[in-house]
Amino acid sequence: MKLARLLFAVPCAALLLAGCASNPAPRGTGDLGLIIERANGQVAVVSHTTRERLATVPGLGDLSHAHVTYSRDGRYGYVFGRDGGLTKVDLLRARIDRRIIQAGNSIGGSISQDGRLVVAQNYDPGGIKVFDADTLEQLSEVPAEYAPGQRAKVVGLADLPGQRFAYALFEAGEIWVTDLSDPRKPRTQRFTAGRQPYDALVTPDGRHFIAGLFGEDGLAMLDIWHKERGVQKILAGYGKGEEALPVYKMPHLRGWAVAGGHAYLPAIGRHEVLVVDTRTWQEVARIPVHSQPVFVMARPDGRQVWVNFAFPDNAKVQVIDTQERRVIDTLEPGRAVLHMEFTPRGEAVWVSSRDDNKVVVYDTETRKPVAELPAAHPSGIFFTSRAVRIGF
Amino acid sequence: MKPPPLLVHVAVLLGAAFAAAYAAAAADPQPTRQRELVSMVRQDCGSCHGLTLAGGLGPALLPHALAEKPVDSMVATVMNGRPGTAMPGWSRFMSEPEAEWVVRELMRGFPAAGEAR
Ligand code: HEC
Repeated sequence: MKLARLLFAVPCAALLLAGCASNPAPRGTGDLGLIIERANGQVAVVSHTTRERLATVPGLGDLSHAHVTYSRDGRYGYVFGRDGGLTKVDLLRARIDRRIIQAGNSIGGSISQDGRLVVAQNYDPGGIKVFDADTLEQLSEVPAEYAPGQRAKVVGLADLPGQRFAYALFEAGEIWVTDLSDPRKPRTQRFTAGRQPYDALVTPDGRHFIAGLFGEDGLAMLDIWHKERGVQKILAGYGKGEEALPVYKMPHLRGWAVAGGHAYLPAIGRHEVLVVDTRTWQEVARIPVHSQPVFVMARPDGRQVWVNFAFPDNAKVQVIDTQERRVIDTLEPGRAVLHMEFTPRGEAVWVSSRDDNKVVVYDTETRKPVAELPAAHPSGIFFTSRAVRIGF
Repeated sequence: MKPPPLLVHVAVLLGAAFAAAYAAAAADPQPTRQRELVSMVRQDCGSCHGLTLAGGLGPALLPHALAEKPVDSMVATVMNGRPGTAMPGWSRFMSEPEAEWVVRELMRGFPAAGEAR
């Protein structure tokens, strides 16, 4: 009952408000985060300054493939569960503020530019749903009905400037851009993208939306500033017609892949990271790595890229030096490394090891572990610094 | 003396039934291996089919979803994958009898993580 003890030990000491007799000092939210503990449907509230668990919030349902997006003040984490649960967690009070079940099968969500709308992306029923960020009241919905009676799974949802959201439709092979300026009357534009988009990202400036394609050698890119040009294929034929390896886990794409004028992208079905110039969108290099990449994340300064891998090679993490464009370190944080998260300025990275029930914190310069936190089958790690970034 | 044809039939049928039952029992993986397979299915199949197997990028693998499907073809799907779809083949990680055990367990309602049958 270690967790329960922690829960009782800290609330007054660490967190704000909530009738603590000792009247704790107010605190900011800029160094807080949530870790998904999927074994028991709970999240840990952590501080990346003190590298500790401050509290545990239970009761969030099925958290496999859970995702968190933050209110712009970093106080609330919106946790999207696989079972369609959408839970608004108050990090300061360390408790659930609101919780609804909004779909049968969900894989994530995002928040609007002005912070007033939370949007969920769903597999079942396929589509997006729009909620009031305060109350979680549903305001509207865009069914991903790409042909009469046929709904696609929605992947790769990203917020865009102008109260818009871009996302891809797996079965339809399309990218949709929905304008929520009037949140009760969504307006949607459709673009043909390519076969089986599996995830997507928007560049940190909110301009280029890029979907990875499972069914094609290449990625689909939409320039949001010039939508009239339609989708452009980038890295077409990166597999050079060679047979791709079986893919045991789909890679994940996000804006963290872009740094220093380059995007670092997982090559699906290959043991490679692809490097693209973000001005020309031409391939400039490919870096051989240990196995098939899942997360390819640039340290915020762009000097390093950290990579984890798909089953069965998921006990390793590799570090790429972006100047030398080669792997400079291979780490073994624990079994089944599922996720990594950099601190806002990148001096440390937190790495979750599901099967060893821990999160390991590395110093990114020395690449030595500096702390370890026990966690029950940890998967995603989400720091509140995401609140201020486009595409998170 | 030749036995009456009917008896031969019955004997052959009974024999076949026993052989099949015995083969099934003999083919069941050992409990430690069962726990490994359960964990693999929950976690690694789960990344596409959901930890609760209620579906994700891949379809639900719950008993009601699989009830009408032939075991053989599902075993073949697990072993070889389905070309043109996101379903990979798992023959690197399990034998065919193990895949059959997994499919039968899926059809019965899959054990929870950490359990064997
Ligand atoms: C990378 C994603 C992925 C992984 C991992 C995965 N599957 Fe699948 N699976 C799929 C997809 C997609 C389909 C649907 C294929 C189609 O469209 O016909 C599928 C189909 C199936 C089917 C056929 C279901 C039906 O209704 O016909 C079975 C059985 C199955 N998978 C079992 C497994 C098992 C067991 C594992 C783990 C050992 C596994 N899958 C891992 C993606 C995956």
